[in-house]
Amino acid sequence: MSDVLTHDIDHDVHDDHGPEQGKGVLGFIKRWLFTTNHKDIGTLYLWLAMVSFFVAGAMALVIRAELFQPGLRFVDPNFFNQMTTLHGLMMLFGVVMPAFTGMANWQIPMMIGAPDMALPRLNNWSFWILPFAFALLGSTLFHSGGGPNFGWTMYAPLSTKFAPPSTDFMIFAIHMMGISSIMGSINIIATILNMRAPGMTLMKMPMFVWTWLITAFLLIAIMPVLAGAVTMMLADRHFGTSFFEAAGGGDPILFQHVFWFFGHPEVYVLVLPAFGVVSEVIPTFSRKPLFGYHFMVYATVSIALLSFVVWVHHMFTTGVPLGAELFFMYTTMLISVPTGIKVFNWVSTMFKGAMTFETPMLFAVAFVFLFTIGGFTGLMLALVPADYQYQDTYFVVAHFHYVLVPGVIFALMAATYYWLPKWTGHMYNETLGKWHFWLSVISVNIAFFPMHFLGLAGMPRRIPDYALQFTNFNMITTVGAFIFGFSQLLFLYNVIATIRHGKKVDGQVWEGAKGLEWTLPSPPPYHSFTVPPHIH
Amino acid sequence: MLNRFCASRLLAVLAGLITGTSAMAATDNWQLNMYKGVTPVSKDMYDLHMIAMLICTLIGIAVFGVMIYALIYHRKSKGFTPAAFHDNTRLEILWSIIPFLILVGLAVPATTILMRMDDTSESDVTIKIVGYQWKWQYQYLDQGISYFSSLATPYNQLAGQGSKGEWYLLEVDKPLVLPVNKKIRFLVTSNDVVHSWWVPELGVKRDAIPGFMHEAWARIEKPGTYRGQCAELCGINHGFMPIVVQAVSEEEFNQWVAGQSSAAAQQATTENDPQAQTDLTRDVLMTLGKEKYEVICAACHKSDGSGLPPMYPPLKGSSVAVGHPIERHIEMILNGVPGSAMQAYRDQLNNTEIAAIATYERNAWENNTGDLVQPSEVARVRQGEIHEPTMVNKVQGGGLQ
Amino acid sequence: MVKSHAKLVLILALAVIGMFGFGFALVPIYNSLCQTLGINGKTYNRAVAYDEKKAVIVKDREVLVEFVATNNGSVPWAFYPETKKLRVHPGEIAKLAFYAENKTNFSMTVQAIPSITPGIAAKYLKKTECFCFTQQTLNGHEAMDMPLLFHLDPDLPETVKTITLSYTLFDVTGKK
Repeated sequence: MSDVLTHDIDHDVHDDHGPEQGKGVLGFIKRWLFTTNHKDIGTLYLWLAMVSFFVAGAMALVIRAELFQPGLRFVDPNFFNQMTTLHGLMMLFGVVMPAFTGMANWQIPMMIGAPDMALPRLNNWSFWILPFAFALLGSTLFHSGGGPNFGWTMYAPLSTKFAPPSTDFMIFAIHMMGISSIMGSINIIATILNMRAPGMTLMKMPMFVWTWLITAFLLIAIMPVLAGAVTMMLADRHFGTSFFEAAGGGDPILFQHVFWFFGHPEVYVLVLPAFGVVSEVIPTFSRKPLFGYHFMVYATVSIALLSFVVWVHHMFTTGVPLGAELFFMYTTMLISVPTGIKVFNWVSTMFKGAMTFETPMLFAVAFVFLFTIGGFTGLMLALVPADYQYQDTYFVVAHFHYVLVPGVIFALMAATYYWLPKWTGHMYNETLGKWHFWLSVISVNIAFFPMHFLGLAGMPRRIPDYALQFTNFNMITTVGAFIFGFSQLLFLYNVIATIRHGKKVDGQVWEGAKGLEWTLPSPPPYHSFTVPPHIH
Repeated sequence: MLNRFCASRLLAVLAGLITGTSAMAATDNWQLNMYKGVTPVSKDMYDLHMIAMLICTLIGIAVFGVMIYALIYHRKSKGFTPAAFHDNTRLEILWSIIPFLILVGLAVPATTILMRMDDTSESDVTIKIVGYQWKWQYQYLDQGISYFSSLATPYNQLAGQGSKGEWYLLEVDKPLVLPVNKKIRFLVTSNDVVHSWWVPELGVKRDAIPGFMHEAWARIEKPGTYRGQCAELCGINHGFMPIVVQAVSEEEFNQWVAGQSSAAAQQATTENDPQAQTDLTRDVLMTLGKEKYEVICAACHKSDGSGLPPMYPPLKGSSVAVGHPIERHIEMILNGVPGSAMQAYRDQLNNTEIAAIATYERNAWENNTGDLVQPSEVARVRQGEIHEPTMVNKVQGGGLQ
Repeated sequence: MVKSHAKLVLILALAVIGMFGFGFALVPIYNSLCQTLGINGKTYNRAVAYDEKKAVIVKDREVLVEFVATNNGSVPWAFYPETKKLRVHPGEIAKLAFYAENKTNFSMTVQAIPSITPGIAAKYLKKTECFCFTQQTLNGHEAMDMPLLFHLDPDLPETVKTITLSYTLFDVTGKK
């Protein structure tokens, strides 16, 4: 990575220097360990996410291999439960969140004309907590008693009284990861609010910056709640408290309330930056401005605010009172209005544009189709009576995988293909990109669409073995999952190849691209916008 | 690198794999949709689901239709010049209000159905359901019947050593028998962790929370067998605690109740009487013991007896399974270990089963004690635990009188 | 020249200490808020003073109250209501007993936790005396009858015709 940034320095910029890197291995380590540069830190986050993607993806393939046919074959049920738990935790906290934070680090300063993030040293600490956190989390699989096996949702008392000793280490890892997110969010808010180039009002900011501004506020609000929930778990486990234990006056449902008060806004944390990416990519490749910028901003704010008053929709079958069920049904249904506005606006951006379909656009268009399908099943899940039949079945698994995989992950792919030429100065291999896209989009539907049928036919979640009537769709799902998993190797190869070599690109890269980052050379200098640009 | 030839060959192999295991998939009828079910509530749920699906499909056709049109015709390669418009406030308001109205249209039937689901009053039969790791206990409160209902799929099928029966993983030893056309009230709670009692065709799902009791109801309109599963991750064997409801006519139900009560009374007298037990051979004990051990105990103590310390102690070489007195071993199975995940199996297993399990544990995995535990020994331990209690007046107050 | 940040650091440090203290202060704050607002969770383990002579008894309405007992975690006690159902008029005091027997050889302490269904009825069932208010201890092979005195508040919604009062018995031997 250092090689890339010391080549191709734009000779028009005076006082420019590359990264300070000493000689040899020690020099390499010190540079990456102590860097306060937003581009370096962005790179670190993205590589962490890439590695986690394959680790968590491998866990998914263990799950799908086990579910290929009825009958226990490869792993025992306890290990299966550990796989489902860690697959969830790693994908959410180890892939999506670090990946978007990496995108934020790379892009936000460039998009607002700032030289770096507001708090560069804090930025470095925010990242470096994470490898320790995830090493600790991954290590739990090897502790005596096994790793956490109660689902990423960690319901008590399965996760308190009945859980293995490694649970405490998982709690510690979650604390560390939460601190990282909070610090990162503070940094992002400080940067966006204080360091925009003169003339860039809030309503002139790119949508990616807007969505990250809102996401950062969400994170600051919810990560302490998660920390509270897992600390109460720890207290119940070791300090004689009874938060989630009826015997001492507590309630297991309290855990669910606290967890989902975090958990629901969390899924919007995952998806809002994806919305931001799509709002950058589609206008570029439609050669037309984003439709309804103001409404896009208001819709994003509405989604963020509403996300705080829907959490009980994860708990409809737990025996909450009728009034609560009605209230949360209405608020959950309501979220589809601002989300719909965003979808209509993307379609309107494409409509009467002059579209070309390079790889980023392919992923962005697929996002609009497939995320919307996930949104439809979300609306169905909001209807409480119907939800009674969907809750804890594969219908829910289908829903969230649709919004997360062909939703969020595709947005991350789109972002990577879109910005990698800017970051590296090389164009990626378009043919390989298209192969990656088509294999991914077809296999992702083969993998996840049948899950709707499985859920409707009555297959519960989190089971390692199933009744014979669920066989066929499970087999199809597994095949799709394996194709999807292995197709991602094309992506990894393309990314590495592009970093090392490829056709040189100019600053503009994409014909229709607009925004401050495209005024910089590709790759941009190690320190960009040391002098703030003028905004018209 | 993947090329077209490789891809099609790979697909052919996979297709062959799928169809080649058609024997196993024979009972799979490719069910696409939710059950309509046999209760008023399940039918309501189905109807709501279908309405929602229809609305989503229509909206999808509209939105995706416009999108596909644009994708085809509004391309640079077709020479299309991009328009410059980038907002339209009236349009934005329109497509905020119309979806909102659609939502109201969906919310009205959803609300009415939910209110119907909430009304558990005036029921005819009350069943208390207690979720255990990993089985259900059913108690007919008015009829005084209580029993456990566990997975009945034999171990060799679970281990892949025999071809799987039609109701693999969906069969139990003692189903829940209910009368049709009566309002049944379910009181659901749990003995340990959170479970969830779910029978799709009855439209009933209720989480089982330890320490708390929640209700649900159903009126089954058609006799038949209805199967469900636990719907909340509850530990290792979450996928192995199915539910089977047998809905019968009122007369059959009454007959069944009468039969159950007398059988239970019979069982109660013989269970504690060592003289009423029959001795069994080593072969019978070991075979039954292995079967029961694998299905019930191996979840935690593992098939090879190695357990999962520190939570689940190993039985291989353990002092309980190898040492004496054997009564200690029997007591541990009967009474469990309070405060741990080891349940008391006294009400879940009979003397023969406990004797068989103990025999197996004492002889498998090179424990090789040569001990045979007979049902009469188990009965003796049960008998020894019967004590006439001393009535005392030690209740702690806390009230105001 | 870098400005001194001492004042900012002092303010931030005070804020941290203040928030930490706020965490502890939340306990009495929750107690008083829940009591004044009557929020569920704090209403069932308190005894309610009740003078039946002065009370309004709704004679023309009858509510069926059922009693259910469950042992949690294989607690080796016999525990069941000696009366399974009662028909009560809202306002009148009902009295019954639950049987508890320690079937082990050693002393044990248990806590009974009540749960009422349907949920909306919970705050209308007022207990004057209940074995669930505190832990109960029995030596090995001792048994006792545990009384329960309660009444239904006449404001109980008309739609509620059956109430189920369920107790779960937990082993709390050795816990405070």
